[in-house]
Amino acid sequence: MSTLAIDKAGPNRKIKYGSMSRDRVWALRWSYFFLTLFAVFSLTPPLYMLITSLKGSAEISAATNPWWVFHPTLSNYVELLGSNQYLRFFWNSAMVSVGVVVVTMLISVPAAFALARMKFWGSAVLATGIFLTYLIPDSLLFIPLFKMFAAIGDFTGIQLINRWYVLLFIYPTLTVPFCTWIMISYFASIPKEIDEAAIIDGASWFQTLTRIFIPVAMPGLIAATIFAFTVSWAQFLYPLVFTTSTDQLVLPVGIITTLIKGDVFNWGQIMTGALLGAAPPLVIYAFLMDYYIAGLTAGATKG
Amino acid sequence: MAEVNLRKIVKRYDDVEAVRGIDLDIADHEFVVLVGPSGCGKSTTLRMIAGLEDITDGDIMIGGDIVNDVPPKDRDIAMVFQNYALYPHMTVAENMSFGLRLKRYPKAEIKTRIDEAARMLDIVELIDRKPKQLSGGQRQRVAMGRAIVRNPKVFLFDEPLSNLDAKLRVQMRIEIKKVHQKVRTTTVYVTHDQVEAMTLADRVVVMNKGRIEQIGTPQELYHKPATRFVAGFIGSPAMNFLPCQLEENAGKMHIRLTERIAFPLPPDRAARYQNAKQGEKLLLGLRPEHITEAKGHAEPGIEAFDALLDVTEPMGMETLIYFALAGKQVCGRVNPNACAHDGEPLRLAVDLNNMHLLNEVTGAVI
Amino acid sequence: MVDVAVRQGSVRGVRRASAGTRLRYALRRKSTVAFLMTLPLIVLIAVLVIYPAFYAIHLATLNKSMTRFVGFGNFQFLFKRDTFWMVVEQSCLFAITAVIFKALIGFIVAHFAHNIPSKKQRKWRGMLLVPWVIPPAMSTLAWLWLFDPSYSAFNYTLGLFGIAPIPWLGDAGWARFSVILVNVWYGAPFFMIMYLAALKSVPDQLYEAAAIDGANWWQRIWYVTLPMMRNIIAITTLFSLIVTFANFDIVRILTAGGPVDQTHLFATWAFRVGIEGRDIPLGASVSLFMAPILAIAAYFILRDVTKRGNEA
Repeated sequence: MSTLAIDKAGPNRKIKYGSMSRDRVWALRWSYFFLTLFAVFSLTPPLYMLITSLKGSAEISAATNPWWVFHPTLSNYVELLGSNQYLRFFWNSAMVSVGVVVVTMLISVPAAFALARMKFWGSAVLATGIFLTYLIPDSLLFIPLFKMFAAIGDFTGIQLINRWYVLLFIYPTLTVPFCTWIMISYFASIPKEIDEAAIIDGASWFQTLTRIFIPVAMPGLIAATIFAFTVSWAQFLYPLVFTTSTDQLVLPVGIITTLIKGDVFNWGQIMTGALLGAAPPLVIYAFLMDYYIAGLTAGATKG
Repeated sequence: MAEVNLRKIVKRYDDVEAVRGIDLDIADHEFVVLVGPSGCGKSTTLRMIAGLEDITDGDIMIGGDIVNDVPPKDRDIAMVFQNYALYPHMTVAENMSFGLRLKRYPKAEIKTRIDEAARMLDIVELIDRKPKQLSGGQRQRVAMGRAIVRNPKVFLFDEPLSNLDAKLRVQMRIEIKKVHQKVRTTTVYVTHDQVEAMTLADRVVVMNKGRIEQIGTPQELYHKPATRFVAGFIGSPAMNFLPCQLEENAGKMHIRLTERIAFPLPPDRAARYQNAKQGEKLLLGLRPEHITEAKGHAEPGIEAFDALLDVTEPMGMETLIYFALAGKQVCGRVNPNACAHDGEPLRLAVDLNNMHLLNEVTGAVI
Repeated sequence: MVDVAVRQGSVRGVRRASAGTRLRYALRRKSTVAFLMTLPLIVLIAVLVIYPAFYAIHLATLNKSMTRFVGFGNFQFLFKRDTFWMVVEQSCLFAITAVIFKALIGFIVAHFAHNIPSKKQRKWRGMLLVPWVIPPAMSTLAWLWLFDPSYSAFNYTLGLFGIAPIPWLGDAGWARFSVILVNVWYGAPFFMIMYLAALKSVPDQLYEAAAIDGANWWQRIWYVTLPMMRNIIAITTLFSLIVTFANFDIVRILTAGGPVDQTHLFATWAFRVGIEGRDIPLGASVSLFMAPILAIAAYFILRDVTKRGNEA
């Protein structure tokens, strides 16, 4: 009896040990399985964009397998990139996004520096206030903003509605609060002795900012720039409200209002346009993923 | 090069008085160390000299000029910080030259100064590295180099060695002393480590609770402390304090520790303590090195007694012994060959020629 | 002796005169500089965020041609319309369902991603975050094409399994499902990345201690992971609730509110009424209904932020 028990215990233990590592292997397999599943879910729409963009209109309307390109063609790309209208959208988007990045940085960086380092009356309240404005969405403000800019046009004769550059005033409401918030947390992480050393070295506040803080907080600055750029590039509601003439449209609105004509959907071109429109943020993301993610998580984890 | 004078310096944060009226005159070329426990106001004092903190009241003079409202950059000072505060995005050379570049010195001048400082600090081969690639000791050298190239009137050191490990600290201590011997710049150095203070300073300023307890050379502070705080703070292991009373017995002054133990005072001490009242509560201050094993022959002022040792700590060149006397734990230093063992009795001798007598209530040394 | 005393006295006298003015001047200068540096930010927020927010309230009290004050007239009008109540219902359904699924999927994916060796995590994370990177207006177009009534690639695939075509955007129920699906697709990666960052910050020793205490896989998640991530889960969920509640792009492009206004959210309906219908006061009234939920979420986020600020 006792020998039997011992006999059992021996192999039992061995099996248990084996199953431990087997558990881990299976956990890993399951992880990969589900990750693959989610990756397919995530990548289906962009891949389908690519697939469709390579098809001619005949193949799109044919009843073939939509997931495969039987006669690949670049005609959609050639047509779009040869169209002045589409290039105009692209150009407008680029101007707006770069302009907004510049405006945002000019506003955010000095403000963040002042809030992180120069305590003054109301600075704590202001920092919290900035965070709260970040929470106010575009869909709450577009109507009063539209009416405001229309009123400015009525009173002063300066017509801002239906001009692409009106977006340079409006987009910063979306980008500045968050970028300031990111920069505050990056600036606050610089040891106080660094600016004291700079002061003793004879640097003014401005020199401390430009020659010490900005270079040291460069990762934060890049993250904020990426954020401002991608938000501006992707913004849809404001340009839809504020611009109507085709030469003033930015990319997302441009594609939707010009390529969709009534019920006629030129899907090959729409997908090509959308894919090209998605390209700049995707390229930035591909090359600067770590900064992109740092900016994304900064709001919640660093605050 | 300049002297630094503090006149009745006060620093108040809201209700808290961090520095409560400090007077200090630092001569040209002098190396002065401010030492004290954390929160004693030594760093605040240094930062006020640097101009990083506004002063609430009093005057600060550098080179004879009042600099109360002069911004740090115009005070012609250089400061070395505890965490080095090197600019992380600049190379060693750029770090060192930043101040000079801001003042638009000619490039050749900057280069000679950097080379000179780098040679002095032995960091020539590190000159193009970034702070991240340097060890703690190297960073500290660079921080000092940044101060040296400025060729300021005053060097300010804020606990510069606290972030280093013990071995490196000793090494850097010597380094700092060497640098001072070469450049002879007036230096104010803040530390909480009394060994650092004693080894580096021309004069040590012991601070406590926002006030100066005593100013003096290391020797003065060690041998003639003015207060109980200084007596206890300077020296390691710390001075022993034993409650005692004076009494006159057969025309001779005695110091009574317990009912059984009383020592006759040496004549010069007896004369000095004449005015102390008999029966007043006093403290006998004895440094550990003045409690040793008893020698065979008698010497004036050396009194022997028996003690039961609690713990012994052999240090190699000496053995530290701990025993109870008059209800206090007492530390002594004996020869390693004196047969001191845990839990065993040993005949000890106290050197009353080097004793200190303190008023227990006021803490003043009599 | 006297000489010295006099000199000291005079020195102090000089200082008093200069310190009073100069010190105050310096203080004023520093805070003035700081204020000037924040001024553009303050102006931007005051003029283009706070003023419009109050202007919206003012607009909401005017009649359609904005010539007459009607008080709560617009709101009374809204309360009497079935479409409005449908929008309220759909907005809540959309936001709550989408956020729950985003949070769940995000958590699960983050957990799996955390499981695999960290060298490979980068690649997977890179792929899984793509939906968040593509501008939603662009990616929704791809979904619109995938849902196309006659050429739907989904229906083609389902057809291979013998399943009848689904009216993705044509039927109210399916349309609601579709807009939520697209929103979950777009938003889940954000949760994933947040949770992954939070998971990485949980010290391994905690799991080891729990394993030694005999906790199984589920207990480790319940007693170690979730409590450690409570803050980040709360704040991410609140953020997402705000953004989802205020969503415009996806519904606008996929269904434009249809079929028969069944999928409208506050934002899309406000756009339809205020901009397309040219009834700006009514549109402003509709969009103002987003304010209460924002205020509640903001309150909780603010409480969390200040609490963590105090801890730090």
